[in-house]
Amino acid sequence: MSDPSVAEGDGVNTRPTPSSATLKKFYHDMLLIRRFEERAGQLYGMGLIGGFCHLYIGQEAVVVGMQNALLPGDQVITAYRDHGHILASGMDPKGVMAELTGRAAGYSKGKGGSMHMFSVEKNFFGGHGIVGAQVPLGTGIAFANKYRENGAVTLAYMGEGAANQGQVYESFNMAELWHLPVLYVVENNQYAMGTSVERASAQPKFYKRGESFNVPGEEVDGMDVEAVFEAGRKALEFVRGGGGPMILEMKTYRYRGHSMSDPAKYRTRDEVQSIRDRKDPIDQFGKKLVDRELASDVDLKTIDKEIRLIVNEAAEFAIEAPEPEASELYTDVLA
Amino acid sequence: MSTQILMPALSPTMEEGKLAKWLVKEGDEVHSGDLLAEIETDKATMEFEAVDEGRIGKLLVAEGTEGVKVNAPIAELITEDGEAAPVAAASVKEPVAAPKEVAGTVAPTPVAKAALIEPQVPDGTEMVTITVREALRDAMAEEMRRDPDVFLMGEEVAQYQGAYKISQGLLEEFGAKRVIDTPITEHGFTGLGVGAGFAGLKPIVEFMTWNFAMQAIDQIINSAAKTRYMSGGQMSCPIVFRGPNGPAARVAAQHSQDYSAWYARVPGLKVVAPYFAADAKGLLKAAIRDPNPVVFLENEIVYGRSFPVPKLDDFVLPIGKARVIREGKDVTLVSYSMGVALLLDAAEELAKAGIDAELIDLRTLRPLDIDTVVASVQKTNRLVTVEQDWPICSIGSEVCAQVVEKAFDYLDAPPAKVSGKDVPMPYAHNLEKLALPSVEEVVAAAKAVLYRS
Ligand SMILES: Cc1ncc(C[n+]2csc(CCOP(=O)(O)OP(=O)(O)O)c2C)c(N)n1
Ligand SMILES: [Mg+2]
Repeated sequence: MSDPSVAEGDGVNTRPTPSSATLKKFYHDMLLIRRFEERAGQLYGMGLIGGFCHLYIGQEAVVVGMQNALLPGDQVITAYRDHGHILASGMDPKGVMAELTGRAAGYSKGKGGSMHMFSVEKNFFGGHGIVGAQVPLGTGIAFANKYRENGAVTLAYMGEGAANQGQVYESFNMAELWHLPVLYVVENNQYAMGTSVERASAQPKFYKRGESFNVPGEEVDGMDVEAVFEAGRKALEFVRGGGGPMILEMKTYRYRGHSMSDPAKYRTRDEVQSIRDRKDPIDQFGKKLVDRELASDVDLKTIDKEIRLIVNEAAEFAIEAPEPEASELYTDVLA
Repeated sequence: MSTQILMPALSPTMEEGKLAKWLVKEGDEVHSGDLLAEIETDKATMEFEAVDEGRIGKLLVAEGTEGVKVNAPIAELITEDGEAAPVAAASVKEPVAAPKEVAGTVAPTPVAKAALIEPQVPDGTEMVTITVREALRDAMAEEMRRDPDVFLMGEEVAQYQGAYKISQGLLEEFGAKRVIDTPITEHGFTGLGVGAGFAGLKPIVEFMTWNFAMQAIDQIINSAAKTRYMSGGQMSCPIVFRGPNGPAARVAAQHSQDYSAWYARVPGLKVVAPYFAADAKGLLKAAIRDPNPVVFLENEIVYGRSFPVPKLDDFVLPIGKARVIREGKDVTLVSYSMGVALLLDAAEELAKAGIDAELIDLRTLRPLDIDTVVASVQKTNRLVTVEQDWPICSIGSEVCAQVVEKAFDYLDAPPAKVSGKDVPMPYAHNLEKLALPSVEEVVAAAKAVLYRS
């Protein structure tokens, strides 16, 4: 989904400011995720989505900023909170929603569900349920990039809770040792389930977590899509240019419970409300667009209306689509 | 245009709830993300947010109303004309029901009660009905009161009161020194627990689910299980590893798997997998006191089920003993953990067909009480094993093999195995149902070994 107007030529060392069309696209992409997730939450409430469903509401700027900084061929891998990542990679909301309802038209034929989205077409490597496991996997994808000398960079996302898993540090070490083209993005949304950062982390500055391995890091305002995009572009240039791995710590926030069944009593309603009021990535960015006269309130409202239509269509599709054939139970086990 | 706001399901197992409090009133404008109401589910009080924009019309359910069914209309929302119709109203026609067997909400099984054998306790012991969740909590609390070396650690066990609320109240009673929230670092905290066990403490390590213990299986097997042997008996590890195991509801392949056979193979471990609350309590207490590493396999879906538990000051059961839970003469059905629920339902169906099944709950998987199974097969001459695990190299495989070795001459038909299907767990509702063993499959297998159709 990289925009040629912002990443000219080979994308290295060229940093024009994003065009107004690109900025509007940021707004659109973030709002699509927001509205999609709200609808997914509703379908869960109706029993149409089952199991665990982790919504991305509040964190939209991270994935949209980063995705727009990628070049074609770059890869992405993340954990179970993955609806935003697959939507940002450009997959059709219908196929994503149908995966959530467990239908044959879902991108994993209904076999993976909310936590296990994949798209080979868009270089989106999933959708992984074991906290931390995606980090060495992403490092391995980067290893393949180096092996093939294809110039691609792998984006390996993790939560700040995941950043305490040992395999993350084993990955940092190998990535630096072998100079692998991998960019680690820590989505620090302040909580791992009910555990706040301070209660789980001896070093809560996650961008510093690579220091023992000489992996550089940077802290980014993950509620500001432009800041994410800029930091992402810079870091991708560094990694792509042969600088080795890098860590970006995105300071962000999740509004909803960890999953649909989390009552989130470990924080106050005021805490959530205050972040929404002051820092909401979509509201804040919308205001900026209006202030800079790049869009009017009416334009923004129109975008919202279009997106609501897309999301409603996706929901209708996902509700009407048939379940997988019974024979699918035994397919795809082995190649 | 007006649409209806429906009562949401706010947990995978919720079917109805209490509308505790309205946070909006009639006439209020609401935007996406605004809080509408507080709703009490089976486990917690949750906030419910608006998805669609509009004005609240009539509130259809008064606050404080209990037992509001999921998907029942609770309010009207007046939306701007011309906006796309929200899916809410349209799709109530066919909400996909949660799969019955796995939803944890199945009505208490009315198995031929008279035939069910109660746990063995002294005559006149009072029985109280509690959930398996409470039984496990009580077992830990009693042992922590009794022995100051016992402590509990794991993810979300303290402040959050347990991801599945098993450690409810323990932080309050025993404090942060003995009820410890860990970072998400299974390999690390498991190894740390094993080390503390080597040093003489008695850790209870909770895995949020056994799926995540795969990060730590090296420490469980290579460190905890083997050290006593390697040290020539000098150093033991009195530790309990516990947490929910086996298929859960709609959580797909990485979160839905039975690890029983993985651990039951390992010399140096004991492995327990109870179904009933009394067994959960008595065996967990025994596990905590045991000087060996014990793998204690619980089941998320069973947590909320209620069963009688003897009201005794110190109810401890021996590890390594199966229990005949229903006597019968025609066929022996053997299972453990959640599979026991299938046995109970199947026995009822079989009784209708005039087949008298004997049911055995293994309770412990290592050491395996094969004598109880063999004694039963010597009487019934037919064996069916039932489990939710995959079929290859499973507990059922082992039971069948040992019965063939030890009681071949008593068998009137080859033993039959009913298990989960040999595939990773699918997410889709219909496929998940097919992947799990069903009561019908157990009944069919029992009839097959009886050569009845
Ligand atoms: C190895 C492992 N341990 C535990 C879990 C259960 N679990 C799922 S998400 C989660 C919290 C992760 O928090 P974080 O990494 O901060 O990501 P976030 O959910 O905030 O996006 C936990 C403990 C798991 N899935 N895998
Ligand atoms: Mg987090």
